[in-house]
Amino acid sequence: MTLHRSHVLVCSGSNCALHSSSFVKDRLTLEISQAGLGDEIRVLETGCFGLCAQGPIMVVYPEGIHYCKVGLEDIGEIVQEHLLKGRIVNRLLFKGTSDKNWMTKDDFDFYRKQERVVLRNAGVIDPENIEESLVRGGYAAFGKALSEMTPSQVIQEITDSGLQGRGGAGFPTGRKWQFTQEAAGDKKYVVCNADEGEPGTSKDRLILEGDPHTIIEGMLIAGYAIGATQGFVYIRGEYLLSIERLQKAINQAREFGLLGKGILGSDFEFDLEIRSGAGAYVCGEETALLNSIEGKRGEPRFKPPYPAVRGLWQKPTLINNVETLANIGPIIQNGSDWFRQIGTPECPGTKVFTLSGNICNSGLIEVPMGMTLREIIYDIGGGIPDGHQFKMAQTGGTSGGCISADLLDVPMDIPSLAKAGTALGSGALLVVDDRHCVVDLAKTFLRFFAHESCGQCTPCREGTTVLLRLMNKLASGKGDAQDITNLQRLSTTMQQASLCGLGQTAPLPILSALTFFADEFHAHLEGQGCPAGVCG
Amino acid sequence: MDLFQVTIDGQIVNVAPGTTILQAAEDAGVKIPTLCHHPDQQVKAACRVCVVEVEGSRVMQPACAYPVYNGMVVHTNTMAVREVRRTVLELLLTHHPQDCLQCERNLHCELQTLTQEAGIRQVEFPQELRNLPVDESSGAVARDPNKCINCRRCIEACGELQGVDILASINRGYDTVVGTGLNKSLADLACVLCGQCIQACPVGALREVDHTQQVWDALNDPDVHVVVQTAPAVRVALGEELGYPVGSGVTKKMTAALRRLGFDKVFDTDFTADLTIMEEGSELLDRIKNGGTLPMITSCSPGWIKYMEHYYPDMLDHLSTCKSPQQMFGALAKTFYPQTQGMDPSKIFVVSVMPCTAKKYEANRPEMRASGYQDVDVVLTTRELVHMIKQAGLNITALPDEEFDDPLGLSTGAGVIFGSTGGVMEAALRTVYEIVTGDELPSLDFEVVRGLEGTKRASVELIIPEAAADGEVGTSLQVNVAVASSLSEAKKLIELVKTGQEEIHFIEIMCCPGGCIGGGGQPRPTTNQTRTARMNAIYREDAGMPIRKSHENPAVASLYADFLGSPLGSVSHKLLHTHYTKRKVY
Ligand SMILES: Cc1cc2nc3c(=O)[nH]c(=O)nc-3n(C[C@H](O)[C@H](O)[C@H](O)COP(=O)(O)O)c2cc1C
Ligand code: SF4
Ligand code: SF4
Ligand code: SF4
Ligand code: SF4
Repeated sequence: MTLHRSHVLVCSGSNCALHSSSFVKDRLTLEISQAGLGDEIRVLETGCFGLCAQGPIMVVYPEGIHYCKVGLEDIGEIVQEHLLKGRIVNRLLFKGTSDKNWMTKDDFDFYRKQERVVLRNAGVIDPENIEESLVRGGYAAFGKALSEMTPSQVIQEITDSGLQGRGGAGFPTGRKWQFTQEAAGDKKYVVCNADEGEPGTSKDRLILEGDPHTIIEGMLIAGYAIGATQGFVYIRGEYLLSIERLQKAINQAREFGLLGKGILGSDFEFDLEIRSGAGAYVCGEETALLNSIEGKRGEPRFKPPYPAVRGLWQKPTLINNVETLANIGPIIQNGSDWFRQIGTPECPGTKVFTLSGNICNSGLIEVPMGMTLREIIYDIGGGIPDGHQFKMAQTGGTSGGCISADLLDVPMDIPSLAKAGTALGSGALLVVDDRHCVVDLAKTFLRFFAHESCGQCTPCREGTTVLLRLMNKLASGKGDAQDITNLQRLSTTMQQASLCGLGQTAPLPILSALTFFADEFHAHLEGQGCPAGVCG
Repeated sequence: MDLFQVTIDGQIVNVAPGTTILQAAEDAGVKIPTLCHHPDQQVKAACRVCVVEVEGSRVMQPACAYPVYNGMVVHTNTMAVREVRRTVLELLLTHHPQDCLQCERNLHCELQTLTQEAGIRQVEFPQELRNLPVDESSGAVARDPNKCINCRRCIEACGELQGVDILASINRGYDTVVGTGLNKSLADLACVLCGQCIQACPVGALREVDHTQQVWDALNDPDVHVVVQTAPAVRVALGEELGYPVGSGVTKKMTAALRRLGFDKVFDTDFTADLTIMEEGSELLDRIKNGGTLPMITSCSPGWIKYMEHYYPDMLDHLSTCKSPQQMFGALAKTFYPQTQGMDPSKIFVVSVMPCTAKKYEANRPEMRASGYQDVDVVLTTRELVHMIKQAGLNITALPDEEFDDPLGLSTGAGVIFGSTGGVMEAALRTVYEIVTGDELPSLDFEVVRGLEGTKRASVELIIPEAAADGEVGTSLQVNVAVASSLSEAKKLIELVKTGQEEIHFIEIMCCPGGCIGGGGQPRPTTNQTRTARMNAIYREDAGMPIRKSHENPAVASLYADFLGSPLGSVSHKLLHTHYTKRKVY
């Protein structure tokens, strides 16, 4: 390995890539070699740093200086000033809430309050090089499981950790593993759910792009624990970079004898395949996902039987979300006691949130479970831009509920949010300021569901569109009290009688808006018009 | 096995593990409404009409799918359940055309019944009709997607039961509807027109193409001599919609009703069924003796023929060249019959009453004009005959018993069992055995080929006496036969034939499960339960017939003597045999 005086990391996560970070990297490499620094400075593409609103981001090591919103025209200055002369380019530093320029990670509240478990390697390693992962302890946990633990001990450790699924439903992971281990079957499968259909969520992509090996490792451990020999990673079709990087990682893992037959000299056999989805939101629902892998119409199946008993091709199948799997390695490596120190007693560990909407630092963060919404929005997210007021936050994505200002101190963890009538879901966090109207927002969510309903069961197939029509009527000021009654009756029916989570949760944004913003709702019918002046 | 104790609406029942809430409720005397549920199909849990409250469950659960557990407590009739059910039904009605009065399914419609039972008098959600085109292109099976409630029962019938897979759920969300690939009409698809999708449909979205008016017109025309033939399976199903219990044989009431509708002659397809045995039995022996293509496969079922033409075009020479009994009848009704009556064949109008929608298609095939005219003019299904009888205001229970007319009305028990799966085989064996061996069969009942199982097999040992004449024991001929009903079962058998894994000489295939008694034109509901009842009625008819072997039918014998000559002779060849056409799947 050649030694380099300095490393420059350029984010190549998809959000930064949209800001043309690959041009930035190419130009940087060119100018470095023109400056004769080619042997001294190494340019690396890495996974997302999380602060997407400020992309493209570039970090210069060893100092760890963060440059934000780097454009092609800025490259020359960075090379000439910083790399050649060691002078920091102040103009490209992030301007925080204080007047002081923020230079390194430790200066950023955005980073300081975060605790990175699943994102430990994202933005740190070159995700296309397995050796960088190995140097940072990649696959050590798997080696430990394989050589020092029985499958049941592995499951016990996961159960003891209290890890709950991060894909939305929050089901205890250890128990799911145990069911799948106990289910009878000549063949079993492990499936990683990387469909990530929730609008405004990109945490799974960030993990896959920034640290694909952690997913392979999580699946290997799962396969060893439940007795599976084959795994599938179901990745959303648009996630081209994730697919590419994961495929490279799989190939490298095979070369290193970490996948295939006789893994690490044992008789354990496990291999992985990527399947990509056509992009329907409902294909993220675990049984629809299984149908899709089997080449059938991507529609949910009736449960029971659960996938743990009859999944892919009717065989016992373990399905976990990307983020869930990214927690597995660290738990096995450091033990369940370590994991339980993070987060809250009922909900240990961290959670990756995708911050979006009216918030200064939109992007991806990882924080301990139980951090309050206020801390997340104001300390990490930098608050609401342009002097506007916080109105509400939508948690759990489209199928979650809203939280109004008086609940800003709610701890962001699975049980606390459930108690507050909403859901943590996949960790989408949409911040909405006082310029928006709840009726209009609810319409937006409904439009999404009406479009995404798979059409299998009556309440959701018909109900989503009928609800949308009722909402349109309300928004236009032509609604009456009877419409609200029908809205409620229909919502209850969809929640109670829909076949899958999509239809069951579709009315949630409306119902929670009705609960927290009843006045605003009613204003629309009493001929007062839209208080926020949005609905026309 | 330990039973599970389940409490349903306060009542305790003990049921076996694996029982659904729906079944357990039945034991408790509670009827839970269903719509996508079909007794012979897989659980779909899609319509959500049957949801109930299960204590401890966050949401309501579909009774048709949810398995009971020990100690389960279920409420099927709470305010909340009634409200949710009602709302689900209202949602179905938001784009359902409410033209019950004009609908073919009126009074036999599951949606209509449920709507009534739920007490819905008004749909409170905004309504919107779809205005999709109705497909009558095939002239046999009609699809009205506007009335489809997305229960998907037809998809399973076509895909799983028949293995044809013409129908599929298309679009998503609110626009979801059951349709065909590329939205093609049925006439442009490899649909075999079996009508099993009609039998599966709970509403008026699938039905036959109605031809009753053409029949009324013919009956009303004084210049036309209208004759009717009735298929064997019609007489054991017609009564279901006319005041008789399921499984009643109403042959003599049916003939009386047909006369009162104004048909000039009431004939019987059973007669040509006997004739088919003479021709087909001779063809089989000929193929065995002269090294023809074996196994020979029956050709009575037009849906089956169309299936072979589309899906196994290279195996058509396995099919018997015999026309179906309906078409043999048509050819004779416009040649032999007018000749004996001194009538002008162009004035004869032949109507068939069939348990089948594919027969409508068969009658229109270009090959079926041996008489110089279209041999069969109009085909009605059993259901259409019911409609005509009702339109005419006939109460068949009060009609006298009447017989078929001569000369095309006399038949045997062998003819009537054509209506059930295994019947053609049994009839053929009765005749072939006696013709070949010269001995009388000890028992006429070949039980092994009877019943609803999809595929049945038998082996019959025939001792040929001519060979024994010079003091030898006689040549023993082992004839292996197989019987399949439904196309998915047929497919399995044909694949065996294709690979030559099994030596079979003769195969009977009926397109519809259970044979014609379960045909696509039969009264609804046609389920395994009603199929069994009709099948029993068929074998009762057979047992009660004075003659039970086709070769002993005196009318058939004189037909050969006076008109046809001998089986497989030149007249037979022209009138009673046909050829098949290779077709594509796409
Ligand atoms: C409509 C719908 C969409 C879903 N989409 C996703 C998804 O995109 N990614 C995901 O991991 N889980 C999704 N889920 C949840 C999965 O069904 C399943 O619970 C999850 O993959 C289990 O993994 P976990 O236990 O690790 O959370 C969805 C559920 C529903 C009802
Ligand atoms: S709830 Fe919606 S998405 Fe889920 S099965 Fe029913 S129609 Fe499909
Ligand atoms: S399908 Fe049923 S509900 Fe619909 S119009 Fe016909 S009879 Fe009425
Ligand atoms: S008529 Fe038969 S083949 Fe045609 S769509 Fe219906 S079930 Fe399928
Ligand atoms: S056509 Fe009939 S059977 Fe098919 S889905 Fe529609 S309602 Fe159900």
